[in-house]
Amino acid sequence: MPERLLEVDDLSVHFATEDGMVRAVDGVSFALDRGEVLGVVGESGSGKSVTAMTIMGLTRGVNAKFGGAVRYQGTDLLQVSDTEMQNYRGNEIGMIFQDPMTSLNPVYRVGEQITEAIRAHEQIDKRQARKRAVELLKQVGIPNPESRVDDFPHQFSGGMRQRAMIAMALSCNPAILIADEPTTALDVTIQAQIIELIGRLKRDFDSAVIMITHDLGVVADIADEILVMYAGRVVEAAGTRDLFYDPQMPYTWGLLGSIPRLDRPRPERLYSIKGAPPSLINAPPGCKFRPRCPHAFEKCVEEPRLEQRVETPGHLDRCWLDVEYKRAHRGSMIHGDTSEAA
Amino acid sequence: MSTPGGAPLLELRHVKKYFPIKKGVLQHEVARVHAVDDVSFAVREGETLGLVGESGCGKSTLGRTIVRLLEPTDGQIIFRGTEIEDLGPRRLRPLRREMQMVFQDPYASLNPRKRVGTIISDPLKIHSIGDKSERKATVEQLLETVGLSPEHYNRFPHEFSGGQRQRIGIARALALRPKLIIADEPVSALDVSIQAQMLNLLEDLQNEFQLTYIFIAHDLGVVRHVSDRIAVMYLGKLVELSPAEELYSRPIMPYTEALLSAVPIPDPDLARKRERIVLEGDVPSPINPPSGCRFHPRCRYATQVCKEIEPPLTDYGNGHLAACHHPLNVDAATLAAASAAPQTPRSAPDEALPQDSSGSSDPVHGDSGDPSRAGNPG
Repeated sequence: MPERLLEVDDLSVHFATEDGMVRAVDGVSFALDRGEVLGVVGESGSGKSVTAMTIMGLTRGVNAKFGGAVRYQGTDLLQVSDTEMQNYRGNEIGMIFQDPMTSLNPVYRVGEQITEAIRAHEQIDKRQARKRAVELLKQVGIPNPESRVDDFPHQFSGGMRQRAMIAMALSCNPAILIADEPTTALDVTIQAQIIELIGRLKRDFDSAVIMITHDLGVVADIADEILVMYAGRVVEAAGTRDLFYDPQMPYTWGLLGSIPRLDRPRPERLYSIKGAPPSLINAPPGCKFRPRCPHAFEKCVEEPRLEQRVETPGHLDRCWLDVEYKRAHRGSMIHGDTSEAA
Repeated sequence: MSTPGGAPLLELRHVKKYFPIKKGVLQHEVARVHAVDDVSFAVREGETLGLVGESGCGKSTLGRTIVRLLEPTDGQIIFRGTEIEDLGPRRLRPLRREMQMVFQDPYASLNPRKRVGTIISDPLKIHSIGDKSERKATVEQLLETVGLSPEHYNRFPHEFSGGQRQRIGIARALALRPKLIIADEPVSALDVSIQAQMLNLLEDLQNEFQLTYIFIAHDLGVVRHVSDRIAVMYLGKLVELSPAEELYSRPIMPYTEALLSAVPIPDPDLARKRERIVLEGDVPSPINPPSGCRFHPRCRYATQVCKEIEPPLTDYGNGHLAACHHPLNVDAATLAAASAAPQTPRSAPDEALPQDSSGSSDPVHGDSGDPSRAGNPG
C-alpha cells in the first residue's frame, strides 16, 4: 500500500475583488501517493495554478476565503499558521514555476540563491551548502556545475534556468514537487529534457509530482493519474490510459482535438473549443462547460456531480451524456475531420 | 529554384545577418553574432513556408530581416522581382504595405495606451488610405473577420485575453491587405485550445485573402498543421528544406529527426514506446559557432568529417534539400543522383557531397556521447 502524502478535500478558494467574488477553485478533491505523478490539465483560468499555490500556502491574504481541507500527512495546511507553513514550504513541498526567466533573482548568483534556500531550512554552514548546491546542479544536468554555480541567471539559457529552479526546489528533498507549467516557456527540445528529468526524480527519489500544464501531450508519458480542470472544478479524473483512450468529458475531447499531432494524418482542421472559459465571478448556472459544448442538452442546466459513470473504478466525470452516446460521438472532436474513432 | 507557376513571391539569396559585439571606448568590433549565416530559399505565392528551429537558431532574426526591420549584412532579398535589401525608407514604404508581421507575444506587441481601433487603423493612416469614417468601417470589418466584435473598437488591449490580443495583432497585419505575412511564433504563448482556434483562423484568412505565410515556430507539430513546405534552421544555417509531409515521413538531417522526436504525443502507450532522442545541452553560441557542420557537437551520428567540412545543401529530389554528411532515410540510388543545391552556402564546398547514407556507414556513437569533447573547437 503506497503511502498517502496529500489529500485535498473539497477545496474551495474564493477571492473578494472590487468586481465581486472570484470563485477560483470550487470543490476540488484529489489524493496523491508517494511516487505518483499527477497531471493537472486545463486552460488559463481553470484554477489549476491557484490550487497548487494554495497547497503551498501562497494564496493567503486578506481577500482570500478558503473552504475544505488540504491534508499533508494528516495535517490540514489551511489551518496552520504562516510561520508553521514555512516548515512545510520547501521542506516538504517544493514548487517550480512557469517562467524561469522571472522566478530567479537577476542580481544574485544562481549558487547563492540555491544555498539561501538550503540554509533557510537547515543549520549548515555556507561551504557545505555550496557543496550541496553544486551537487544539485549536477543532478539536474547542468554541465560544469563547479563553475556554473557562480554564474548569474542571465548567463543561463531558459532550459538551464528551469533546471536551476528544479535544483532549488529539490534542495531540501521535498516529498512533493509541484511543477506549474514547467515547460511552457521552453523549446520542444528543452521541454523533452525537462520532462525526462522530472520522470527521473520520480524514479530516483520516489518523490510525488504534481505536474500542471495546458497541454495533454506533456503529461501523456509521465503522469499516472490526470485531473482535467475547468472553471475552478475538476471535470474529469482518471488514470492516464483511461483518460486518453476513454475520455468522458466533451471538454477533454476538445483539449485532445486541439493538439496538432504527429502520430496521425493531418486533419483538414483542428478541433477548436469555441469561445473562452467563463468568468469565475458570474459562472453560468449548470454545467460550466455548457455554453461551449456542442453536445449540451436540456439536462445540462443542472450541474452534474463528479462521479463514476463508466465501468472503470476511479474514472470520474461531470457529464450528463450517456456513456454509449459519448463513445459513439467523441471521435470527430478528438481526431478532427479525417478519421473515425476506434 | 524552379518554381512551377511563375516567379517566387520572395527569394532570399545568401542572406546574412551578423550583429557586431562592440567593446571599449572606441567601440571597436570584437566579435560577431552569426545570427543568420548564408540562407537562401524562395517562397511561392499562396504557400505557407514553415520556419523551424530552437531559440537562438536565427529564425526570428531572419523573419525581421526579410521585412527589413533589420538590415541584412549581406545577400539579396528579392520581393516580387525587386531587390529590396538596399532600398531606402522612401522606396521601401510602398513595399511595407505588402509585407506584414504578426508577433509572438500578444502582451508586448500592442501599445497598452492605445485603443484597439487606433492600433488597427494606424497602418491605414500612415499609408493615407481612406478618410476617417472609411478607416473606421474597415477596422470594424477587420475585427469581425478575425472573430472579434466591432464593439471592441474603443477598448484597450488589457481588456482582452491572450488569444483575443493575438487576433488584434492579426487584424493589424491584415489592415493593409498584404501579400506576405510573417508570423513569428504566433501561437506559442497561447493555450492549446486557443492555439487551435488561431491556426484555423490563419488558414481561413489565407484562403480569403490569398495570403502567403512564413510561419516561424519551434514546435514541429504546429508547423506541420499549417505548412506546405518546411525549412529547418540550426545556428543560423538552413539545414533542411522539404515539402511538409515528406519532412515528417522522411527526415534526412539528424537534427530534424531529434526535433521530431521531442514533440510530445498525446497518446500514453505510443509516447512510452517511442524512442525519444533527447538532444544534449543547448544550442552553442552563435558568436563562435562550431566548425564544419554546426550541429556536430550534439549529433549522435557525427564523425570526423562533420567537424572539419561544412556539408553542402544537397538536393535529394522532390524539392527536398538537406545539409548533412550522414543523411538519414536516403537509399543508394537517391544518394548517387543527389547534387549540391544552388542554395548551398558559399562557405560549404560543393564537392563535399555525402558519400554514404547512415544506413551503410557506421556512425561513431561513442564520439557523440560526449558533447564537451567535440564542442567548443575555438
